[in-house]
Amino acid sequence: MIVLRLPGGLSLRLRPRALVVGLAGTLLALALAVLAVGAGDYPIAPADVLRVLAGGGSPADRFIVTELRLPRLVTALAVGAALGLAGAVFQSLTRNPLGSPDVLGVTSGAATGALVVVVVGGGSAALAGAAAAGGLATGLLLYALAGRHGVGGHRLVLVGIGVTAILTGVNGWLLTRAPLMDAARAALWLTGSLDGRGWANALPVLGALAVLLPAVLLARAPALRLLEMGDDSAAGLGVPVRRVRVAALGAAVLLVSVAAAAAGPVSFLALTAPHLARRLTRAPGPNLLPSAVVGAALLLAADQLAQHAVAGRQLPVGVVTGVLGGGYLAWLLAGERGGRR
Amino acid sequence: MTGPDEKGTLMRPDTPRLVGDALTLGYDRRTVAEDLTVAVPDGSFTVIIGPNACGKSTLLRALARLLRPARGTVLLDGADIHRRPARQVARTLGLLPQSAVAPDGLTVAELVSRGRYPHQGLLRQWSREDERVVDQAMADTGVVELADRPVDELSGGQRQRVWIAMALAQQTPLLLLDEPTTYLDIAHQVEVLDLCARLHDEQGRTLVAVLHDLHQAARYATHLVAMRGGRVVAAGDPRRIVTTDLVEEVFGLPCRIIEDPETGTPLVLPAVRRSGTDGEPAPTVAGRC
Repeated sequence: MIVLRLPGGLSLRLRPRALVVGLAGTLLALALAVLAVGAGDYPIAPADVLRVLAGGGSPADRFIVTELRLPRLVTALAVGAALGLAGAVFQSLTRNPLGSPDVLGVTSGAATGALVVVVVGGGSAALAGAAAAGGLATGLLLYALAGRHGVGGHRLVLVGIGVTAILTGVNGWLLTRAPLMDAARAALWLTGSLDGRGWANALPVLGALAVLLPAVLLARAPALRLLEMGDDSAAGLGVPVRRVRVAALGAAVLLVSVAAAAAGPVSFLALTAPHLARRLTRAPGPNLLPSAVVGAALLLAADQLAQHAVAGRQLPVGVVTGVLGGGYLAWLLAGERGGRR
Repeated sequence: MTGPDEKGTLMRPDTPRLVGDALTLGYDRRTVAEDLTVAVPDGSFTVIIGPNACGKSTLLRALARLLRPARGTVLLDGADIHRRPARQVARTLGLLPQSAVAPDGLTVAELVSRGRYPHQGLLRQWSREDERVVDQAMADTGVVELADRPVDELSGGQRQRVWIAMALAQQTPLLLLDEPTTYLDIAHQVEVLDLCARLHDEQGRTLVAVLHDLHQAARYATHLVAMRGGRVVAAGDPRRIVTTDLVEEVFGLPCRIIEDPETGTPLVLPAVRRSGTDGEPAPTVAGRC
């Protein structure tokens, strides 16, 4: 723990390890992004990529980088950061390592919204809007069902599992109602994909991150840390428990919803990123910023794998996050159990 | 350790800082206590006792601002505790709840330093004062040598001392403890209660604890509150109020009371009731010896 003391009574407390993880993760994600922009059927050298990003470069390079590849990359980074951050908040609030938006039904709710648009008909803007609305509505439903008694960890997880089950049924029914072509498109969306994503997809997620990250999450991080010791302890230390919880839950649901609107329900990222972040920082607490950074780097890497792992054939990124994330988590949890007891 | 703050001197001298006035308490539709009035004398070590489900923990939760009374008010320094901001209350009144969980891997020093939360801000995260108070709290509770150990590796007694250290770091003149000795063996129970007594005697803090053991309550309390069925049956100096009649009324337990040879406080001995005899309780001594 490093303490910075500034004149005027200001003091900041920093964990060196968390700081290193955050910085290294950011650098890694950026380096990966430069390489990724250069990769593809028309390869561009990293130096040329940097030249374009600095405002120069040849017209062809400029077009390919800023119009074709960069939007998808930025979408990946933003969606990854949003999901990592939201996952860290959910796990902290539920005091449960499995308390992720996938398990609690927020992601399924976003899928329901999108599927309704597929069945009723509508463009991709309507689909994104409906996905966000579905996620938010599910968040409200969760709060209405589990919130009366203070959104205790167990209750929220159990109610969430029930909600997920119901929504999975509804989603299956909606898929059978959709015309065949639309059902195929919907199935692709449900896997989670960054294919063909442009600035219009990236901007809402970036906006949500820009507002929610500092305003709600970083400002509330100390209170979230205390909430992990139990509601009573946190209240005894002066945390306005209900208010902090509603604000954090609302922000996390919003992030998941806009992320799902941009890229579909990308599975397992919100669950895996905070685990990996905590392993790296070895710090107790929600590890908000490291989780966001790890999420961004992970989704970017997964999307590169999805594009280039199988030659001549692109996979939806959700397939990669599902296989790798799920596998990593199973390995991690099996190892922890074996190691501890 | 710096003592309690000076707010008390601003109050009318005859009104205690913490008062529960005509409280109706309950959860959802189940009412636990009605029209309950309790005053915590300033500078006392108040202990609340009573049989299971008598409402003693519920009362403590109300006094700690964790439970909003259905009727009546909890007054802290003369103002409704529920109308005051949580953080402001937390600078006057500390709490050791039953349900505290230490997150995995959190060290003792980190846990104790969390007690500084009500005194900190976004840009004032760790002042020299914070550091000094945390060091002092760890010294007062004898956990300095545990500072870098993870809390989840400690024994029950050590852990409880660490949680008390966290509450001390909060620097509150009032400290509420909900069953601080539950799940501890007898030696650790005494250790924790001795620590509480020291905080009361040497630092002048007002303590309120819920305890199960009547003998320990009578030994350590300066002010005893005996509850049954959501009512206060008796309140006052344990040497004065602990009688066979009271124990019979509160716990339904026939007993004898002798003087604790160590402290001179009342020592309650349950009467022998063997099955097979005609059920007549052993002779009891009326009143305190």
